[in-house]
Amino acid sequence: MSAAANADTDLEAFRLEARKWLEANFPPSLKGKGGMMMGEDGPSNTTDFAKWKKAMGDRGWGTPTWPKEYGAGGLSTAQARVLQQEMGRIGAFNPIGGMGVMMFGPTLLEYGSPEQKAKHVPGIVKGDVWWCQGYSEPGAGSDLASLRTQCIDKGDHFLVNGSKIWTSGAQFADMCFALVRTDNSKKHEGISFLLIDMKSPGVEVRPIKLISGNSPFCETFFTDVKVPKENLMGPLNGGWTIGKRLLQFERAGLGGGVGGGGLNRGGEARTLDVVAKEYVGANDNGQVADADLRTRLTNHLMDQRAFMMTIFRAQAEAKGNQGPSATTSIMKNAGSRIGQERAELLVEVMGHQGLGWEGEGFTRDELDTIRGWLGGKATTIYGGSQEIQNNIIAKRILGLLDHQ
Amino acid sequence: MAVLNEEQTMIRDGAKSWVSEKSPVTAFRKVRDSGNADGFDRAAWKEMAEMGWAGILIPEDLGGTGLGYLTLGLVLEETGRTLTASPLISTALTATTALLLGASDAQKKKYLPQIAEGKLIATLAVDEGPHHHPEKIALAGTASGGKVKLNGRKTWVLDGGTADLIIVAARTSGKPGDKSGITLVAVDGKASGLTREKLKTVDSRGYANLTFKDVEGEALGSGEGYGILDATLDRARAGLAAEMLGHAAQSFDVTLEYLKTREQFGQKIGSFQALQHRAAKMFTDLELARSCVEGALAAIDKDANDVAQLASLAKAKVGDLVHLVSNEMVQMHGGIGMTDAHDAGLYLKRARAQEATFGGSSYHRDRYATLLGY
Repeated sequence: MSAAANADTDLEAFRLEARKWLEANFPPSLKGKGGMMMGEDGPSNTTDFAKWKKAMGDRGWGTPTWPKEYGAGGLSTAQARVLQQEMGRIGAFNPIGGMGVMMFGPTLLEYGSPEQKAKHVPGIVKGDVWWCQGYSEPGAGSDLASLRTQCIDKGDHFLVNGSKIWTSGAQFADMCFALVRTDNSKKHEGISFLLIDMKSPGVEVRPIKLISGNSPFCETFFTDVKVPKENLMGPLNGGWTIGKRLLQFERAGLGGGVGGGGLNRGGEARTLDVVAKEYVGANDNGQVADADLRTRLTNHLMDQRAFMMTIFRAQAEAKGNQGPSATTSIMKNAGSRIGQERAELLVEVMGHQGLGWEGEGFTRDELDTIRGWLGGKATTIYGGSQEIQNNIIAKRILGLLDHQ
Repeated sequence: MAVLNEEQTMIRDGAKSWVSEKSPVTAFRKVRDSGNADGFDRAAWKEMAEMGWAGILIPEDLGGTGLGYLTLGLVLEETGRTLTASPLISTALTATTALLLGASDAQKKKYLPQIAEGKLIATLAVDEGPHHHPEKIALAGTASGGKVKLNGRKTWVLDGGTADLIIVAARTSGKPGDKSGITLVAVDGKASGLTREKLKTVDSRGYANLTFKDVEGEALGSGEGYGILDATLDRARAGLAAEMLGHAAQSFDVTLEYLKTREQFGQKIGSFQALQHRAAKMFTDLELARSCVEGALAAIDKDANDVAQLASLAKAKVGDLVHLVSNEMVQMHGGIGMTDAHDAGLYLKRARAQEATFGGSSYHRDRYATLLGY
């Protein structure tokens, strides 16, 4: 038998193992509820969810490809894909999530000291420790490196003063990975990467109410917060490189979300044309009655198809060992733009029914659509704004020069 | 800016100073956050009426000033700038127009002086589904002993929860889709058989869905009402377009100011050409839309024969404008624009409601094409 055939056999064996384990451990009551449980409001706390989280955390499959020595899955990428497929088959979802898994963990594995990894990775693997991101400041958004939160070396500890904004989930976070200023005389080279316990005295969290009515982000204030020296990750004044690396993990996780509310009714997915015909009506040929809207819906469908095909092409190229291609640089802007256009179209399709805020007179789908439309406006702002992404494309990919 | 006469200049300046002193965006925020079920501040409406704004369209012999649509547009532009929620659109513009165009002398005498005084909130009930399609009206009206009995449903009625007088566009003959067979019927807000469902909308104003079960009302004037409805809607569209113009102009001004003050990368963000060009494009669109809005209002005052075309042109162009500018306002403000504490979101939310009311850009492009014979 060839090596490839061997690998296939092993993979099928793993599939059976995963299927058996998932069927034994996934509570059927949670079927299809992944989106609800892992939403913006932080980790859910129902009994079945806790049971499922513990099972996945103990097995290490919430972080399937991370090393086994920290209790993670230790699976190959191919095995992780099989696990994903098997979870999808029975409506299961990964209950271990948040920024610890998506962003901080991969960076910690790459840059953390052996002691830091041993201390912090297992908590993320088990889903016991919730992390938040302390990057942006009121005066440091797109120009992140102008951040000013002060971190002073006091000999046996660091002393932190300043404030961070857009700290997602800070109200239920246990720990914060933050960029702090350790040298005022340099810009990028004066930044360090620090791990801060959110329960430390002097940490104050205030939720920020967004235009969607939700408060997924906070403003976090640090007043004379003492941080142990061992919580400095990477070299002093060497935090910018680590911080940037983490942003790559963040951006990889953003922009793919060309979903959109309003297309579900009682858990049943409906295509855009069905929704449009319900609200706008159909003409004698069964087409969306409003020709102008129909053209714009079609434009959107074409954009969305092109985007999905680009994702698949980029994945195929990456698998073909051509390395990450220039294609990935367009993903965040293309994906977020298409997602926002979809939300705009849905609101427009729903007409007056798409303009509700709460209460009687509007269906759940309709209210979800408008809230989703508002929330989605952030996708071209966070994780490197649309303008910053365009700068990256123009300068790094296209080689265009700065204004001279 | 249209060339204004002395009286118009005075009213425009008065409106400017009143909204900045008495009705800044914080006043709208207060209405929103106080759980005010009316969707507007009655004390502010009283002041507006005392300044004569409720009667700008109403002739002097009926208690108004009869200054016309361009003048009302100047006021609406200013109230649009600060998101002032009031019955100006429902009462002073739309219902008043329906009465002026369609009511008998006795009916005018009964309602218009009260409107001019600010004592009567009135509205026009047209739409019956999620979209504006006046020709599709199905709400049934049947004549019964000098009255009209109404059965059916109306949606998205502006100030429909508080209106003392509701002018209902009812189908008294033909079938939905016919551009005839419509009668405008005056209904008391407290009429028996009328159920009002107040809506909580994204722009926090007083819309309602209305259900009519054997509700009795009085026909406006006599005879065919579709033409009156059509003409009323065009005047309402042009007036709403003036509010939208002010809305867009203010969103643009606030955003421009931010570009001139916010610093990133050691410079004002307005120094970046990418943002400069987007600002220049918005300014260009704003100027083009202004011509359309003022042109439509002036055409109404002159009773020109292309009012319908100009109203659709204005509503479509200014609809596209507020859509663009409201989105850019949030995007250019970045994270702070996403917060409820900042005004950008309030403008964004109001923009989509303005766009949908009395027909969106798509509806009016189609109508414009039809009117031109395309």
